[in-house]
Amino acid sequence: MSDAPLLTVRNLRVVYPSDEGDFRAVRNVSFTLGRERLGIVGESGSGKSTTGRAIMGLVPEPGRVEADLLRLGDTDLRTLNERGFRKLRGKRIAMVLQDPKYSLDPVMTVGRQIAETHRHHFRSSAKQARAAALEMLEAVHIRDPERVYTQYPHQVSGGMGQRIMIAMMLIAGPDLLIADEPTSALDVTVQHQVLAIMDEQVRKRGMGLILISHNLHLVSSFCDRVLVMYAGQIVESCKAAHLSEAQHPYTRGLLAALPELGHRRLVLPQLQRDPAWLEDVAPLTDATP
Amino acid sequence: MITLENVSVAYGTGARRVLAASDVSLHVTPGEAFGLVGESGSGKSTVLRAVAGLIAHAEGRIVLAGQEMGRRRSTATRKMVQMVFQDPYGSLHPNQTVDQILSMPVAIHRLGDADRRVATALREVGLGREHRFRYPHQLSGGQRQRVAIARALILQPRILLLDEPTSALDVSVQAEILNLLTRLRRDHGLTMLMVSHDLAVIAHLCERIGVMSRGELLELTTADALASGTVTHPYTKQLLRSNQGFDPSSVDIDATPAA
Ligand SMILES: Nc1ncnc2c1ncn2[C@@H]1O[C@H](COP(=O)(O)OP(=O)(O)OP(=O)(O)O)[C@@H](O)[C@H]1O
Ligand SMILES: Nc1ncnc2c1ncn2[C@@H]1O[C@H](COP(=O)(O)OP(=O)(O)OP(=O)(O)O)[C@@H](O)[C@H]1O
Ligand SMILES: [Mg+2]
Ligand SMILES: [Mg+2]
Repeated sequence: MSDAPLLTVRNLRVVYPSDEGDFRAVRNVSFTLGRERLGIVGESGSGKSTTGRAIMGLVPEPGRVEADLLRLGDTDLRTLNERGFRKLRGKRIAMVLQDPKYSLDPVMTVGRQIAETHRHHFRSSAKQARAAALEMLEAVHIRDPERVYTQYPHQVSGGMGQRIMIAMMLIAGPDLLIADEPTSALDVTVQHQVLAIMDEQVRKRGMGLILISHNLHLVSSFCDRVLVMYAGQIVESCKAAHLSEAQHPYTRGLLAALPELGHRRLVLPQLQRDPAWLEDVAPLTDATP
Repeated sequence: MITLENVSVAYGTGARRVLAASDVSLHVTPGEAFGLVGESGSGKSTVLRAVAGLIAHAEGRIVLAGQEMGRRRSTATRKMVQMVFQDPYGSLHPNQTVDQILSMPVAIHRLGDADRRVATALREVGLGREHRFRYPHQLSGGQRQRVAIARALILQPRILLLDEPTSALDVSVQAEILNLLTRLRRDHGLTMLMVSHDLAVIAHLCERIGVMSRGELLELTTADALASGTVTHPYTKQLLRSNQGFDPSSVDIDATPAA
């Protein structure tokens, strides 16, 4: 049973209608996720966040989400309405975004926000919720949880804010965490602390993690597996550690364009886009191995 | 071309006083690209803004192209030193077309011949005529950053200050911008002072690199030293490790993040 995937996505499509016709932001994306760390990379606008949002039920109107399969454990996400998703969010899937300042309520202390989340999902007493929140702050390596509990979001640094977000996202014990550029706004040393904390929790709790990032080095060193997106499609997937041997010319082009310490080139090779990369890849069928 | 001697900048007063830059001294020769790296809040942008003349109360000596900078800058000096900011979204006025954005500095500095200058600047950064009458939201991130660079170049500066010019961009666009900067430096002999938290980016463009922490310039190093790992300061070593990808064994998970 533990081998059953946490998340199954088959031929996920997201379309934004507009006056100029439908814009296909995500095109037949298919993957499964176990208790592992999956990275999604790709250039800006390739559909990474939209994929994450579709799984969370957060694609805004008038966007349309379709899929042949979209299952979280035994729940068919395609049949859920907003109310159904609201029950699921936090409790079974959670999302951490780039800037914690936008996701936290500016006029409520961070401790209270975490405690409220606990109460909401478990109908716990105020005392239980507070204890759980403090425990969670400690779990994300905040040294003085009692003090941080009483602080407001604007009083904490970016790195601390991201720890608090992780605490809030994990308090209801979700199976799946989607982190969308969770550390891009932080400096490298803090970035790695936040990732290490996320990693520790994901392992301890046996969760699945989707890390969305445009930082190729980070994803290849942090994740188990990587999906590479271009123009709404997955053009390649590989073991994260083998990203440097990726085959698709798009992925190869991205890797080549990265400046490298100790290997200085006068001119960096710029990505030469091939119109063929835009062609629809075949959707998965039952016959697809 | 750029000489800083004991440049200090404090923000706020009394208990809230922050010494954002403390006795920073450095020298950048004509045509050189000098890099500044360091953790968030270490004072990198502050140093750049002091050089740009955006901080009136900066203390210490700033000499640009042999001229001692006083409290107030002449128009000629302001023209000579131009700055490009990190955020290609925030630094361009949303209600102005590219043409208006680029014509503005020409008008302010009464250079005349705006039409030709705008066309030349656009060509210089690899933008076509079709981009000239667009608004920022009609451009990609890389194109917007090109406009920001064009706006700095249109005054034909001798010194270009770059604050994280590629960190909001993805890899392919970053390569375009870095190539553009390399070419501009070669063709115009521009002197550059650049900030980035990405050591590979800094080492790509700059030969000499200063490492900042808590307002101080801790160490002067080179791209070659970074590449071979022969840096001396513990903070620089740590910075180097974290730039090489995620390695849980080198992360101090309990280290307190800066307040
Ligand atoms: N609400 C919306 N309405 C219309 N188009 C949208 C909407 N949201 C996203 N898009 C478009 O869908 C595409 C995919 O966007 P998405 O945000 O998923 O990209 P991304 O890969 O996350 O990029 P980034 O790295 O810049 O965050 C883009 O072309 C974007 O302009
Ligand atoms: N206008 C200001 N008023 C008060 N304090 C400021 C101001 N600007 C900067 N500071 C403070 O000065 C210090 C140095 O800031 P600075 O922006 O120079 O850092 P930085 O190295 O550029 O950081 P980052 O990598 O995050 O951009 C920080 O402690 C910052 O909070
Ligand atoms: Mg995104
Ligand atoms: Mg800065």
